[in-house]
Amino acid sequence: MTTTTSPTTTLRPAPTRALNLARTTATAARVLRQLRHDPRTIALMLLVPCVMLFLLRYVFDGSPRTFDNIGASLLGIFPLITMFLVTSIATLRERTSGTLERLLAMPLGKGDLIAGYALAFGTLAILQSALATGLALWFLDLDVIGSPWLLLLVALLDALLGTALGLFVSAFAASEFQAVQFMPAVIFPQLLLCGLFTPRDNMHPALEAISNVLPMSYAVDGMNEVLKHTDMTADFVRDALIVAGCALLVLGLGAATLRRRTE
Amino acid sequence: MMNYPSARSDPPDDPAIRAETLNVVRGTRQVLRDLDFTVPRGQITGLLGPSGCGKSTLMRAVVGTQAKVTGTLDVLGRPAGHPTLRARIGYVTQAPSVYDDLTIRQNLAYFAAILDPGHAATDRRQENVTRAITDVDLTSHADALAGNLSGGQRSRVSLAVALLGTPELLVLDEPTVGLDPVLRRDLWGLFHDIAASRGATLLISSHVMDEAERCHRLLLMREGRILADDTPDALRTRTQSETVEAAFLHLVDEATAAARAKETTR
Repeated sequence: MTTTTSPTTTLRPAPTRALNLARTTATAARVLRQLRHDPRTIALMLLVPCVMLFLLRYVFDGSPRTFDNIGASLLGIFPLITMFLVTSIATLRERTSGTLERLLAMPLGKGDLIAGYALAFGTLAILQSALATGLALWFLDLDVIGSPWLLLLVALLDALLGTALGLFVSAFAASEFQAVQFMPAVIFPQLLLCGLFTPRDNMHPALEAISNVLPMSYAVDGMNEVLKHTDMTADFVRDALIVAGCALLVLGLGAATLRRRTE
Repeated sequence: MMNYPSARSDPPDDPAIRAETLNVVRGTRQVLRDLDFTVPRGQITGLLGPSGCGKSTLMRAVVGTQAKVTGTLDVLGRPAGHPTLRARIGYVTQAPSVYDDLTIRQNLAYFAAILDPGHAATDRRQENVTRAITDVDLTSHADALAGNLSGGQRSRVSLAVALLGTPELLVLDEPTVGLDPVLRRDLWGLFHDIAASRGATLLISSHVMDEAERCHRLLLMREGRILADDTPDALRTRTQSETVEAAFLHLVDEATAAARAKETTR
């Protein structure tokens, strides 16, 4: 232990703004660095979707049309689910370990923290989606008429939506057990109603109406647009904007759950 | 002090912390009752009292993370929780708040980037990080994961984070709990050095009364109230006690007797 401290360098406190690029990227780098110490999680995040697609391809060995439909939808659903799980646990940890309180007692904007998480998990989502899309298109013969870049774009928006939802629900989970249970509670209903199992207009009208206000429905619709059309259709643009809008809205709600003062 | 142009506006004899009729309610329980006290600048003030007496709540109120605070609470000349205070206060919670899945150096580098962001500050940040690690004597473990450290080591990493930004006020919640005597002595040496060489104010809580002797001033707390606000010497003289612990017990007995007398006269 030193009892004489070296002369301290001048440090002028930087002001807290709504969004500070350096603080945001520092947060994203920190989140990614944490993950790097956990290679198993990274491997699971990247490989599980690929294994699932591979399985699915041979489950529907006799009906490649079904694989096309479900496979394309799943390319949008995987990033949503993975990022939801990872974000809800990561932010819950941040809340319970005291690091969130510490950060909010520092000159860190809530926007910096949220954007940092979105940036870090968004990067991972791009990697995950690129792998899954590449595998599906070039090795499993997924028949997509549109551009793979559009598939990737929807997947990224879905990942952001998952991050936003995870961040939001982590505020209502007191433990990691509860956080994991939010997955079936928040994601499964959307999974059933999003048009993955049957077209949405075949459902009971009440359920179809509900599915119309659930964001995952538009994620799947967007994927199906790419599946069937060569160009970027107006419907695709609408679907993508709805998913992006929902992600931003929920991120805003998530920001509101980050309180500087708590009881 | 001259590092912070904004601090020049407050007169130097202005206390670091001033509380008037400070009250805090948590749920339905009143945790702090009508506190009036000041904490002088450039000194170490010990906040002592049994577990559950409201020490942590008071500290959280000072750093601005406690909700439902009423009354007056000024910190470094601003109302507690003011955004400009965030970079001027270092706060260490009782449980170490660091990322277990990062190394010590990575933890400090992240918090340093929040305090002093930007590419231009890279060198200065690195210097601050290295100094903070040296201050808490963890240089040999700098590249170990925080999750693999012992409890005492992790709490020192947490302390190092608070030392990063050369804060004017350090609020430390039980920083020496569970540490061996040698480390405790060294840390108290560091606290005195920070107060003397940087002119910083330290508010340090403890439920171990023998640490009281190392403070310049003491706030003795019990059940959400302040029993005494004095120097350790004055406290012992006033209560004719050998130790601060005996003085504390004397004051508790006195308060209980006074409460009983009040009840019987009612």
